[in-house]
Amino acid sequence: MAELNPIQRVKEKFPDKIAELWERSPKRIYITVGREDAKDVVRYLFEDLGARFIIMTALDTRQGIEILYHFSFDTLSKIVSIRTLAPMPFPEIETVSLIIPGAEYIEREIHDILGVNFRNHPNLTRFILGDDWPEGVYPYRKEHKGQYPYRTEEEQELFRKEIRSKWEK
Amino acid sequence: MGEMRTTIPIGPYHPLLEEPELFRVVVEGEKIVDIDWRTSYNHRGIEKLAESRTYDQTIFLVERICGICSTSHPIAFVNAVEDLANIEIPERAKYIRCIVAELERIHSHLLWFGLAGHYIGYHTVWMWAWRYRELVCNLFEKISGNRQSYAMMQVGGTRQDIKEEDYPDILKAMTELEPKMNMFIGAVLDDPVLLARLKGVGNLSREDAIKRCTVGPVARSAGVDIDTRRDYPYAAYDLVDWKVITQEDGDVLAMAVVRLLEILEAIKIIRQCVEKMPEGPILVEVPEIPPGEGIGVEEAPRGECFHYVRSDGTNRPYRLKVRAPSYVNIPSFRSRFIGERVPDILIILASVDPCYCCTNRMIKINDGTGVRTLTDKDLLTLSWEETERVKKEFKGYSRSRLLE
Repeated sequence: MAELNPIQRVKEKFPDKIAELWERSPKRIYITVGREDAKDVVRYLFEDLGARFIIMTALDTRQGIEILYHFSFDTLSKIVSIRTLAPMPFPEIETVSLIIPGAEYIEREIHDILGVNFRNHPNLTRFILGDDWPEGVYPYRKEHKGQYPYRTEEEQELFRKEIRSKWEK
Repeated sequence: MGEMRTTIPIGPYHPLLEEPELFRVVVEGEKIVDIDWRTSYNHRGIEKLAESRTYDQTIFLVERICGICSTSHPIAFVNAVEDLANIEIPERAKYIRCIVAELERIHSHLLWFGLAGHYIGYHTVWMWAWRYRELVCNLFEKISGNRQSYAMMQVGGTRQDIKEEDYPDILKAMTELEPKMNMFIGAVLDDPVLLARLKGVGNLSREDAIKRCTVGPVARSAGVDIDTRRDYPYAAYDLVDWKVITQEDGDVLAMAVVRLLEILEAIKIIRQCVEKMPEGPILVEVPEIPPGEGIGVEEAPRGECFHYVRSDGTNRPYRLKVRAPSYVNIPSFRSRFIGERVPDILIILASVDPCYCCTNRMIKINDGTGVRTLTDKDLLTLSWEETERVKKEFKGYSRSRLLE
């Protein structure tokens, strides 16, 4: 674990990449970085500083899909969140699951529910949504009002057939 | 091409899984070579629902995420909102939260212990563990009115007080539980059959535990010294004396030991809380929730619960992100299953404690010679037969007080 304050070290390592550093309280730190730099900062925190990856949060805001990587420095009682923005209408960001295997499933989840494309993800397939959920409908975007997309009886039967054939091979 | 590969789908509806999930276990003969995970067959959209509920309503909504650790999510959520709005809760509420959370840990671990006993054919353990769990459930009924889903939490404190006339009952139950737990621990560590059945099964190395970001007893059994109760003290955990339990081996036995010792620690914490509980209010006036964001963590029986709340200044969360502990613990199966044998599937799945109940079916598809069906009963039978075989092997050596 880092002897120096990890926030200090992140600041020194990426002096021109940090857009904003907000120490909300001694235990909660938010760092905003550019979309292309997020992966490097995440790698530095996880591999060099030994932070524990908690989870990612993605939320739909007016500016685009905001993505937060939450890290925990357990011995220092600090939760550091790396914040970045994937602009609409085609949100896209580099995957971190090659660095952190534990991030594979949450990236698949975010891909399902908010439509963020994680570049170079090893297996970016359906995880949360059903196999018969239509493409391009993202339930956790604010525009989605919570209805299940309507489908006629015949369409439903076709979908079932397709899925069955996928599983039986 | 070695032996023929066979895929065993476990789920989506299966007794081993608290919620519908699908594990596709690929085996070569007896050996497991790969496993894949699929979930959300029963996605309830709680995160989305929370966006249309007020903060006070959301507490009861997140309480419904899990039936067994039903106080963990509310505590994590109120922690997040209190972090967001900078609310300091009264001392008495801290102790009450602590007691409720620890009682829940005892009942959850006992539930797991009983089921684990059931899966490897130790039915006495099952009956006994659940009998002592009853003590805790009765306590909950006395304190909150409910055996499950206690509805004790509120932003700024707790909804209900623990009455002074209930203190002796809590202490009495703890006195009753402690010797029984010591007996259980002795029985598990002494029994050669259990050791043969559980030791070295489903190994998780320390590196994998960190890489897969596991939390809770799963991480602690692999030697990763993390515990949210100590690292991010909430409730009264920094005001009482207790210690974090870790083990080194990362196998199923280590997980059982961690959970059993945690029950003893929980008993210790509850005793101190009851003794130290100060007089005073249980709730503070909650100001309007300002715009901003808050993070709350809580150590559930299964590991760290994480809640992220974003507020836009209205009385409803703009976004609520919930990370339950099993979400990161289950992918660790990838590291733990490969190389293990089919009779051990049950106990390894069980070891992460994704809340097991009973009855469903399992299909074994044998590509090549047609389709065979393997029900959950068959899996249980396989597991029990294995235990019987080991028991025979150890006949004469047996020192266990639990052997039937």
